[in-house]
Amino acid sequence: MRLLPTCPCFLGASLLVCVTLPLAAGGGANASQSRPAEINVTHVPVVTVKWHHVETSYLVALWILVAGVAKMSVAQLNSKLKSFFPESALLIISGFILGGIVWGADKAQTFKLVPRNFFYFLLPQIILDTGYFMPNKLFFSNLGAILVHAVIGTCWNAAAVGISLWGCYLGGAMGNLQIGLLQFLLFGSLLAAVDPVAVIAVFEEVHVNEVLFIWVFGESLLNDGVTVVLYNVFDAFVSLGGEKINAGEIIKGIVSFFVVAFGGSLIGVVFAILISLLTKYTGKVQIIEAGFIFVLGYLSYLTAEMLSLSAILSVTFCGVCCQKYVNANMDEKSVTAVRYAMKVFANGSETMIFVFLGVTAIDTDIWVWNTGFILLTLLFVLVYRFMGVFFLTWILNRYRLVPIELIDQIVMSFGGLRGAVAYGLAASLDETRIKEKNLMITTTLIVVYFTVILQGLTMKPLVKWLKVKRVSPTELKLIEKVNNRAFEHILAAMEDISGRIGDNWWTRGWKRFEDTYITWFLMKPEARKNRDYLFSIFHKLNLEDAINYVTEAEKRGSLAFLNQTDVFVFLYFVFCSYRQDTVPSVSLNIHEHEMKRMNEDFNAHHLLQQHLYRSRKNYSRSNFSINQSEDEVQEIFQRTMRSRLESFKSAKMGVTPAKKITKHPKKDPNHKVRILSEMKRLHNPSVRTSSGVENPAFMPEMDTPPPPWVTEAEADTSVAPSQGAQRYLPWSPRNLHRLAPLRISDRSTDSFLMADAPATEESSEESPQQPSQRDGTHM
Amino acid sequence: MGSTNSTLSKIPNAGDLMQETGFSPAHIVRLYDRYKALDKDKKGHLCPQDFGAIKELAMNPISDRIIGAFFSSGQEVLDFPSFVRILAHFRPVDKNRPKDPNSPEHINSRSNKLKFIFQLYDQDKDGKISRQELLQVLRTMLEKQVTEEQLESIADRTIQEADLDRDDAISFDEFRKSMEKVNIEHKMSIRFLR
Repeated sequence: MRLLPTCPCFLGASLLVCVTLPLAAGGGANASQSRPAEINVTHVPVVTVKWHHVETSYLVALWILVAGVAKMSVAQLNSKLKSFFPESALLIISGFILGGIVWGADKAQTFKLVPRNFFYFLLPQIILDTGYFMPNKLFFSNLGAILVHAVIGTCWNAAAVGISLWGCYLGGAMGNLQIGLLQFLLFGSLLAAVDPVAVIAVFEEVHVNEVLFIWVFGESLLNDGVTVVLYNVFDAFVSLGGEKINAGEIIKGIVSFFVVAFGGSLIGVVFAILISLLTKYTGKVQIIEAGFIFVLGYLSYLTAEMLSLSAILSVTFCGVCCQKYVNANMDEKSVTAVRYAMKVFANGSETMIFVFLGVTAIDTDIWVWNTGFILLTLLFVLVYRFMGVFFLTWILNRYRLVPIELIDQIVMSFGGLRGAVAYGLAASLDETRIKEKNLMITTTLIVVYFTVILQGLTMKPLVKWLKVKRVSPTELKLIEKVNNRAFEHILAAMEDISGRIGDNWWTRGWKRFEDTYITWFLMKPEARKNRDYLFSIFHKLNLEDAINYVTEAEKRGSLAFLNQTDVFVFLYFVFCSYRQDTVPSVSLNIHEHEMKRMNEDFNAHHLLQQHLYRSRKNYSRSNFSINQSEDEVQEIFQRTMRSRLESFKSAKMGVTPAKKITKHPKKDPNHKVRILSEMKRLHNPSVRTSSGVENPAFMPEMDTPPPPWVTEAEADTSVAPSQGAQRYLPWSPRNLHRLAPLRISDRSTDSFLMADAPATEESSEESPQQPSQRDGTHM
Repeated sequence: MGSTNSTLSKIPNAGDLMQETGFSPAHIVRLYDRYKALDKDKKGHLCPQDFGAIKELAMNPISDRIIGAFFSSGQEVLDFPSFVRILAHFRPVDKNRPKDPNSPEHINSRSNKLKFIFQLYDQDKDGKISRQELLQVLRTMLEKQVTEEQLESIADRTIQEADLDRDDAISFDEFRKSMEKVNIEHKMSIRFLR
């Protein structure tokens, strides 16, 4: 077992914890008595241990470290063990070990999962993460089913478990307890909710099909609305006492459900709007715009909590609603930063929650054993979950396009995991009013362990055994997306023809509303222009291609496998991608069989050496700082590339490239446009001005004889363009320049539009000039 | 239900239609009412202008193709059975319906749904979607936001993904293969036509 490397770390960390414990205990005691000012200073202290200054922060940091190390050691385990146990279960077990160590040292559990810490510091980021990465389309199209399960299912669970337990209590199965119906109902309500953290942790490793996943997952998020209401209502009822409950109170309870649920969601939406608006204007402070998401997300949680509304719903909807606008408005770097930071926080929190769930168990204070109560609770929780799911799904299937199969329903019932939220609610019970609090905590812990460990353990084998439809990792395919778009239109048309309002009517109406008003309000103008979904897919695919080519080149040692036409396109492509993180969207239709042509090897390699590497010799792969003026180097390289491409194309194919001088009307600071105009100017030697940036230092290089292949190509005009080259004619320089300033990022596309305008004017006035004048030596 | 039966008897060949398409009597009656409502001049049949009069349809980018699909093979006249047959393509797939091994596939089978879509793309009916045809479809769907080159790039890439025999066009088999992973039953069905 490869535990060995991390064992020392793990033990060391826990040892550290034990060492600091007496310090903490002692220091805590001292701190309360003596303040620094009271200490009699008899000599000048060289070094003092000021434990009380750093105590809380130190312990917090230490525990985060320990949790992280626990996760590391869990990850190192034997892969066979890992394929059985879900990671959450292993983390709980490491929590047991740690708790044991602490308890052994301290004879009391000093580090418990305090509900306040859990609800305020550990839970929000996990929910924000799930909201931000929620697949919106899937979520909203299944929202009806999710709501049915979340609301009706949870109420059913709470009521059924509570009442059955009460019935069994009356029947004497639990012995003597100081408990009543209301308290049973309260207990039922806190145990009824499916926990999002546990569901994520287990389902993440299982990969069921997306509909099943979104049902369970959506339910676990949205049932918080119900849980909060039920918990608060029954808590109030318990305080009021049984006598004072009348119809008025019950109606207030029902009304409070709507208020809590909708109020929480509304707060989330308000904060989402705030975030989107903020990111619309953070163009100048890109470095901190990522932080706004986290701060505002957390604020939405706290605001809802303050108003006693559903905090989880608030954060969920905040993430769900803002993701689209925020991703469009922010710089790509910020988007990536948010993505990774969010994952770090969420994962870290999840780890800590599970570890602490384990640690908290090792505490003799809370353990009250009552066989009847515990076993019956377990039984009822399981049975009623199955019953609820099957019944509700049967009803829903009558209205669904594609019914949910029995197998999926089994997995759904089995996936009703309880987790830390239930424990948190149990631990925050008031023990003066609820005498059996410890029993409830014990039972909750046992239910949580059972569901997370045992059900988590058996989930994967169950899914495999039942042959549940899994989601296969599909690669992105443009044709599927194109067809999806077509389907939408076709279905919309069919609905119009048959004159009925169908699902598509709502989606269409919403899309139209959103397109005209909401995006105008919340998105940056530049981002609005490039929103087309199909195009972004296309862009993503191109980027993938580019990355593949570079990796391929590195593997083979050179770019020699590309044929000549494509070399230019590719080099231009790669160059621009190094220049800024976007690429012109030139499709690289390079077929495998053409890449293998060997006779261009030498030429391509040579070309590469001359142009790409030389220009870049001033900076390393990872460090892009250039000592020479960056602008100049870029510009000159582009100019060189451009002219080579020109001459090659014109020589080989007799295509007359565009030759128009564009004096851009505006003085545009955009660097790319300057390049563009420079390049255009170059094509017409008669109108050669020196107003562009011409680095005299570079001039001599331009006069050197062109690389051998160019002269070859010119001389050899009888060579017919290759099959591939012919096909790629559309990407001749004439059109290539239009792609130069094309940027698909959220940043400005003004240059693109400006470049476009003159180009379209020009093309009508093009006057062909003799290709023979185009040769490498014109520079 | 009594009114349904009486209206049903007015529709010629209602029984055969139901058998062929799988629509229930209530649906057939509803569709018949709609057919009559679309036929503003009471001609007894539909022509392309009647479809053009539908407001929302006019806003649809591929409306002309869809209308073309109804009026296949150059006819100018659409009778009720053909109307129903086309709409039957969009019925949700019902797994419980007994499949008679000798009868042809149901109209709303996955394969027939795909064929319908294929015919929408393939305007010249040569059994292949050529680059030009794909380009036209893309142009209508992506009208304002992309340039011509980008459209061409997208079209090229789309064909490249699906085209297995490298003839620069997509045949029906290639089309079907590329749509394997897509949930056609869900995406090509309208709920109220069940």
